[in-house]
Amino acid sequence: MPKLTIDGIEVEVEPGLTILQACEQMGIEIPRFCFHERLSIAGNCRMCLVHMERAPKPIASCAMPVGEGMVIETNTPEVRQMRKGVMEFLLINHPLDCPICDQGGECDLQDQAMGYGHDRSRYADNKRAVKDKDLGPLIETMMTRCIHCTRCIRFATEIAGVQELGATGRGEHMEVGTYVEKALTSELSGNMIDLCPVGALTSKPYAFTARSWELKKTESIDVLDAVGSNIRVDTRGAEVMRILPRLNEEVNEEWISDKTRFACDGLKRQRLDQPYVRRDGKLTPATWDEAFAAVAKRLKGIDGKKVAALAGDLADCESMMALKDLMTALGSPHFDCRQDGAKLDPTVRAGYLFNSTIAGIEHADACLLIGTNPRLEAPVLNSRLRKRFLMRNFPIAVVGTGDDLTYDYDHLGDDVEVLKSLANGRHKFAKVMKRAEKAMLILGQGALARPDGGGILSLARDIAEACSLVNDKIGWNGFNVLHTAAARVGGLDLGFVPAGKGRDTKAILDGAGKGAVDVVYLLGADEIDMDRLGEAFVIYQGHHGDAGAHRADVILPGAAYTEKNATYVNTEGRVQRTRLAAFPPGEAREDWTIIRALSAILECPLAFDDARMLRARMVETNAAFINVDEVAPAAWKPFGGNGELGTSALSSPIENFYMTDPISRASVTMAKCSDLLPGAEKDKTGTDG
Amino acid sequence: MLDDKDRIFTNIYGLGDTSLKAAKKRGDWSRTKAIMAKGREKIIEEIKESELRGRGGAGFSTGMKWSFMPKEASERPHYLVINAAEGEPGTCKDREILRNEPHKLIEGALLASFAMGANTTYCYVRGEFFRETEALQRAVDEAYAAGLIGEDACKSGYKFDFYIHRGMGAYICGEESALIESLEGKKGQPRMKPPFPANCGLYGCPTTVNNVESIAVAPTILRRGADWFAGLGKPNNTGTKLFNISGHINNPCTVEEEMGVPLKDLIEKHAGGVRGGWKNLLAVIPGGSSVPVVPKAQCDTLCLDFDSCQDVHSGLGTAAVIVMDKSTDIIAAIARLSSFYMHESCGQCTPCREGTGWMLRMMERMVRGNTSVEEIDLLEEVTRQVEGHTICAFGDAAAWPIQGLIRHFRPELEQRIADYQSSDKTAAA
Repeated sequence: MPKLTIDGIEVEVEPGLTILQACEQMGIEIPRFCFHERLSIAGNCRMCLVHMERAPKPIASCAMPVGEGMVIETNTPEVRQMRKGVMEFLLINHPLDCPICDQGGECDLQDQAMGYGHDRSRYADNKRAVKDKDLGPLIETMMTRCIHCTRCIRFATEIAGVQELGATGRGEHMEVGTYVEKALTSELSGNMIDLCPVGALTSKPYAFTARSWELKKTESIDVLDAVGSNIRVDTRGAEVMRILPRLNEEVNEEWISDKTRFACDGLKRQRLDQPYVRRDGKLTPATWDEAFAAVAKRLKGIDGKKVAALAGDLADCESMMALKDLMTALGSPHFDCRQDGAKLDPTVRAGYLFNSTIAGIEHADACLLIGTNPRLEAPVLNSRLRKRFLMRNFPIAVVGTGDDLTYDYDHLGDDVEVLKSLANGRHKFAKVMKRAEKAMLILGQGALARPDGGGILSLARDIAEACSLVNDKIGWNGFNVLHTAAARVGGLDLGFVPAGKGRDTKAILDGAGKGAVDVVYLLGADEIDMDRLGEAFVIYQGHHGDAGAHRADVILPGAAYTEKNATYVNTEGRVQRTRLAAFPPGEAREDWTIIRALSAILECPLAFDDARMLRARMVETNAAFINVDEVAPAAWKPFGGNGELGTSALSSPIENFYMTDPISRASVTMAKCSDLLPGAEKDKTGTDG
Repeated sequence: MLDDKDRIFTNIYGLGDTSLKAAKKRGDWSRTKAIMAKGREKIIEEIKESELRGRGGAGFSTGMKWSFMPKEASERPHYLVINAAEGEPGTCKDREILRNEPHKLIEGALLASFAMGANTTYCYVRGEFFRETEALQRAVDEAYAAGLIGEDACKSGYKFDFYIHRGMGAYICGEESALIESLEGKKGQPRMKPPFPANCGLYGCPTTVNNVESIAVAPTILRRGADWFAGLGKPNNTGTKLFNISGHINNPCTVEEEMGVPLKDLIEKHAGGVRGGWKNLLAVIPGGSSVPVVPKAQCDTLCLDFDSCQDVHSGLGTAAVIVMDKSTDIIAAIARLSSFYMHESCGQCTPCREGTGWMLRMMERMVRGNTSVEEIDLLEEVTRQVEGHTICAFGDAAAWPIQGLIRHFRPELEQRIADYQSSDKTAAA
């Protein structure tokens, strides 16, 4: 461990650190703009200059690795003068438009100018003006404000894996932009807004709507994919103004996907803010009492076996627990949380989790992707794969469609035959995985949500066995299921799956079509084919007027994920909680309370009266719910399914990343993004736009 | 005066044939194999003993630079990169070597590469040097055909390839790490150091970047011995050097002279004297546009070598002597250089990107005089804020000419301001 002296204090730090990091560990603040822990070092802002003994010139502390015997001064008059000088240079061409800049109040330049700058300008000339760039519907640009730190360029190139941003021109005329004006094609582009230390890149949908200090900040969890990214919800009154990432090294580091960030305007549109009851074929507004009465009337005297329930992709664990108990009380074994019909085996937890964990990807040394496009299904998780890929020696192979995943891979084919040869160990990539110490496979919903999904699940387990992906000795489990829905793992954990001989999703829909199921309770389930529900009486509980609400006979308005304290389990099996950031609109209520109230009306009151009791009930159902925010390894046991293997090609279930759920479908911003997807143009009619 | 027998570049004016045959007649490619047989260490030792200092401007010991390369080859190949991106205003020595003495360069490249364990040399030629590239390519083709370089260079069993890469003429691509970036196909912007190129250079491999002249003189030094070279010039400033003399002189020329030659002798003997006589001299920029100007009083006794130039707060740089007589508007001359530096700044790091433009705008006001005396101090301070605070030495190069101007010609600056103010008043009245 090198020993060095910083500001007269001798310290020993880990080798490989930069001087800036060493100073940080000692609590000495070094101002910086271009340096960022997760990006390569550029050393171009020159704000972090410090004095080093025996060096002919001041050194950039962000780029200089620590060395034995170095003597560093960070707070001499000369160093302060240097910082003032650099600060002055940054400001001479930076507009003084802080009062109308969205970055105002959370701007690195503003803060550091206060701390390290001159108190007045000595620059007598006109400031430079730069033409703004159009980077698409998500990022607003004010390029005159750019200080050329190149963080956005490095993010796009390194983390997002799209080589679309760069600097053109030289000297004062250097400009950051896409070389040919076009929207960025990354699913992570919004993170550049956070990275930009000034107001050059700001959020387009959020532009000029609020100031950072008026917002109430609530730490929460994202539910628009199964990663469970940690987020901060910024609200003003009842309105969610924006969503920002929150640091969690285990899950999302400090990135979130564009859907997570920008779909929040969907929370304001198409909302179900009061109960509805279908009267004479038309949905009409009703009171809670009327809605409950309509449900009670229809359920009165009905055989429990003719009632079924489906939980959707955004359902929280509390409401699924409550609904499961209600169905059981009614005597129905027909409920399922796998609305896409994925043939997941609920009996073995290791069989439906992302066992390696997301952070564990960084320790893997080979990876096989089956029927998944993580770039669309979980962009943040995909960035981990890319991160690992950039560390080298990480062979990746794909069985599925050969899409651009932002890293190189071996495309082995798209049919089940390849999986068979991998399972019997004869395939050359099977050998690669066998040789690797910590190989992993990622099984997507595209491989499971098909008639032969059970067979493929078994086959995937065979591959895991044949290539020794599971090694208890080193605590490695390389079998991973990548979910696309935030509710799925929680539903499986709570056993929201057919009990005994109960009907699964397909059988419920078949039964409803044939009249064997009379009442279907949809808990936010919108991704099913509503036409197949036949004559069934449909109760829809959810927060958006999407497909389910259109079909419903009774609508019970619930709360979206920003409006309740609810539990979700991510694809790794990590139990996390959202926090109430704003109250649900109008008459809408927190979801589990609706089911609890309904149970009283139906005269089979559930055994819990508050959230604490309900959570105790969840823990009783599955002990995994004790540990919030943590992942416990799941035991590796036999699991799988059967089903004759088909011949159709494996592919990802997601075609349009920007519209996967009721919230993102209601979002104007997401609609604008969808319009820019390749092929969107041809679907447009003459009246579009 | 340098004796003809001690001249290295005997065909620098292109009076003779530049073909391989003629070059061999002049002594190139003789005993190359024997020199290689001495071994890597011996060659580096010899160059170190010759005290050859890099001819690109910084004057760092060439032998020392070569010795920084890893001794043992790992799986990463070593590279020699020759910097022929000669863009320093006033400098025109490398182009003459490329045109008229290309075989000296190729032979030097072979010996230097051999000494550093590199099997490949890239020669990065400035884009504007079109004919020069042709001449060099012709020579490379001849050398390949004659088996002097290639699979079995000079029958020594050493594999050696020589590639020419044409740049696009950006001044900053003459900076070694920007040159490496450009060679890799990226935007020509200097890299941070450390890591130094000798450790992590071209494509992340150990690389040495040398100036054309440094490489081209190496074979002659190795043939005639370090003692011969070290015997020329002054201690620590040894050997011969190509001087480029331009500006207000009667006979602008490039000439090989001994290091430490008195400036006055150089101008009077080779360049036909200052226009209107030595008395008519105003100032000299001794080492290309990026070094501070030296006023006549100091020019009288100035000797042209690295250390002497440094003693007068200037530098030998590339030994491009720019002579200005009394007809020169020195403020406008330096403002023109500021304009050049603003145009050529790569824009990567803050002080240079923002500072060069600011300095130019102040210099433009200085030329007219429509400013205040206080702004001279501000200008000086801004040059100090740029100097030494940038990634590469470009910031220094942009700051030094202005510092030189203020140091030696402040009365002129103040006079210009006073003149403007009085003319302004006259106009108003």
